[in-house]
Amino acid sequence: MELLLDSLFNGVAIGSVLLVAALGLAIVFGLMGVINLAHGELMMLGAYTTYVTQLIFKLPILKPFYNSYIIVSIFLAFIVSGVVGILLEKTIIRKLYGSPLETLLATWGVSLILQQFVRSVPLAYGTGLVISLLIGLFLPTTFPSKIKESINFKYFKFSSWIFAALTGVLTGSLISSSVSKLSRASARNVDVTAPSWMRGQVEIIGTAFPKTRLMIIVITLISVIAITLFLNQSAWGMRIRAVTQNRQMSDCLGISTEKVDIITFGIGSGLAGVAGVAVSLLGSVGPNVGGNYIVGCFMVVVLGGVGNLLGTVLASFGIGIMTDLIGAGRLLSIWPDMPLPLSNTINFFATTSMARVMIFALIVIFLQFKPTGLFPQKGRMVEN
Amino acid sequence: MRISRRILAGLATASLAVTATSCGGGGTSGSFDDTVTVGILHSLSGTMAISESTLVDTEKMAIEEINAAGGVTVGGKSYKIEYIVEDGASDWPTFAEKSKKLIDQDGVPVVFGGWTSASRKAMLPVYESKDAFLYYPIQYEAQECSNNIFYTGATPNQQSEPATDFMYKRSPAAGGDFFLVGSDYVFPRTSNTITKAQVKQLGGKVVGEDYLPLGNTEVAPIISKIKKALPDGGIIINTLNGDQNVAFFKQIQDAGITPSSGYYVMNYSIAEEEISTIGPEFLEGHYGAWNYMMSIDTPASKKFAASFKKRWGADRVVADPQESAYNMVYLWKQAVEDAGTFDDNAVREALVGQKFDAPQGPVEVMPNHHLSQTVRIGEINAEGGFTILEETGVVLPQAWNQKHPSSKGFACDWTDPSKGEKYKL
Repeated sequence: MELLLDSLFNGVAIGSVLLVAALGLAIVFGLMGVINLAHGELMMLGAYTTYVTQLIFKLPILKPFYNSYIIVSIFLAFIVSGVVGILLEKTIIRKLYGSPLETLLATWGVSLILQQFVRSVPLAYGTGLVISLLIGLFLPTTFPSKIKESINFKYFKFSSWIFAALTGVLTGSLISSSVSKLSRASARNVDVTAPSWMRGQVEIIGTAFPKTRLMIIVITLISVIAITLFLNQSAWGMRIRAVTQNRQMSDCLGISTEKVDIITFGIGSGLAGVAGVAVSLLGSVGPNVGGNYIVGCFMVVVLGGVGNLLGTVLASFGIGIMTDLIGAGRLLSIWPDMPLPLSNTINFFATTSMARVMIFALIVIFLQFKPTGLFPQKGRMVEN
Repeated sequence: MRISRRILAGLATASLAVTATSCGGGGTSGSFDDTVTVGILHSLSGTMAISESTLVDTEKMAIEEINAAGGVTVGGKSYKIEYIVEDGASDWPTFAEKSKKLIDQDGVPVVFGGWTSASRKAMLPVYESKDAFLYYPIQYEAQECSNNIFYTGATPNQQSEPATDFMYKRSPAAGGDFFLVGSDYVFPRTSNTITKAQVKQLGGKVVGEDYLPLGNTEVAPIISKIKKALPDGGIIINTLNGDQNVAFFKQIQDAGITPSSGYYVMNYSIAEEEISTIGPEFLEGHYGAWNYMMSIDTPASKKFAASFKKRWGADRVVADPQESAYNMVYLWKQAVEDAGTFDDNAVREALVGQKFDAPQGPVEVMPNHHLSQTVRIGEINAEGGFTILEETGVVLPQAWNQKHPSSKGFACDWTDPSKGEKYKL
């Protein structure tokens, strides 16, 4: 029983890291059909946001709230990656809808640019840049519609970008002068330390579970629930689903598909940022952190069935549990006296490297029989 | 606009000319009779850049020190050392390519370079076919002995063997079972083969072994294996690489695998530089084994650390790989002076038997092109350094490990033409 519980927990823990990382991609790739190779780098931005937030919360003014920085950084990471994602959509991806190969190459290029950006730009000014992007993109939308409709709107827009740039430079230099660690560019990996209440273990029914893992499971659950509610209950969610199912018809019915694209991509990117917070709790934060997860993300989305959130959820927990069962050699402890050739085979695959090989092989075999994944998409869109 | 641009261009050219003359002229002006240019070949970009750039800094410092002390004296003439730095870009074929460039195009008498075993293996055929000389400064898995490479890092018997012995006999977990964790490439696998043979000889037991694919940071399956194999604590030998250590130590601490609950990790790839990256709070109470540790309390060691900080910044640290890099530049200088020429073959002969008062203590070049070194076992402390627990005498290097089944009973000796790379003892 205890073994089963332990194994199940481990599987869910591994699966939830995969799930939180793949969730944003499931939306961007699944609903919009955009192959976004920069997804891992949006995660990396989220992880760096956690790092920057942690350092800012070490400043004397915010020190009393230090323990809550991780919660704050979840929201900040969502915003930072979301804003960068929106910029990416507005400048590059919008022009490439319907040409997957070009999207693939362009987003790969973006991923390299983002990696080099965090290597060679001091994080303080990087933060400043994100803040000015945020203001520049959103300030014009807050103007009353009277101004928006006037002929001089472009001047308002222009001046709000100037304001944004100034604010960005100011915050950048403010952060850089108050936190010395952020004032120099560095290619070195940095480290996020979980606040003390999140370290160590808790005991549930006689088994000890690491708190950071529980935290990641909670973050994942909340993200999944929030995104499901958003897609199924809100008006924008309905529009997103409508555009996914039939773009032309939705357009005819007065849904602004352009806006829907921006919102969908922004949310998908924002979720990548949240995933970045989660992975920063597990390992170090560096320019290459996203690359470690991107293959796993695509694997989960494809296995689950493109365009289906439930499929993504099941696929990631499935892979998680399989990784634990194979990689930790659990089958042997569950069934200790199995025939020798079988136990030898299981022992052979009971290392992390071989477990990975085995899982990839199983997925390839599975996709031979069900090429569209666990839950294939049905309906009109498939025929197009 | 046009005028100002022209002025700018003129200024740029002038300043370029000034730098060019100051660089080129530096050699002949002053008290030097001539210059000699050496090659430095490490990764300055890519994943290895973080580690390898510290070696470039150290080698530059050593060269500056030698120049300040009058340069290299060969045949009564004093030479100023100049260097060409090439970037291996963390890409192993690039190391081979740049080696060819340094040897053929620049005609350097010696190249200081490399970090990963993969880069060394890529460079080896180049140096052998051109009969050139590479100085390689990293602790590695050995099982190699080239006439064209001089290895100043530790061989397994100068690091992992004394460390295993310490863990089994004198650590708080003495007599306990072993679990081996490493990244999935040649160094951890070779090192662990040796450790397994040694643990068996000592009468201990290795209860588990796992390798994490490079780039993978999911250690949950390894943790459950450790907990299953060592339910009441024991000895963990860690040969993980780079970032994977961060994930490993963060997660094992959360899973309750800590010194206070009886688990002690001995690390072969964590030096002062890595401790500051991972964070001492995750590593305190675990162990490391090196030839040089920054906390060595001798004037030579303190001078080395102080001059490095003075040259590159007060927040910088020195660690074992840097010390090896520092030693090799000085050993090359001594060998060249003894040989009286920069010619490879003469320098190679003069190199064997060279002694140097290194920051770690005296070292000597052995006939197998490795160094005799002192081994230290340290406990990682809260300040991010090592508290040195024990220190061996001088340990002779074994290019062919005497515990590894494939090389037992073999040795290497380049001073005797009948013995060479691998002969039976």
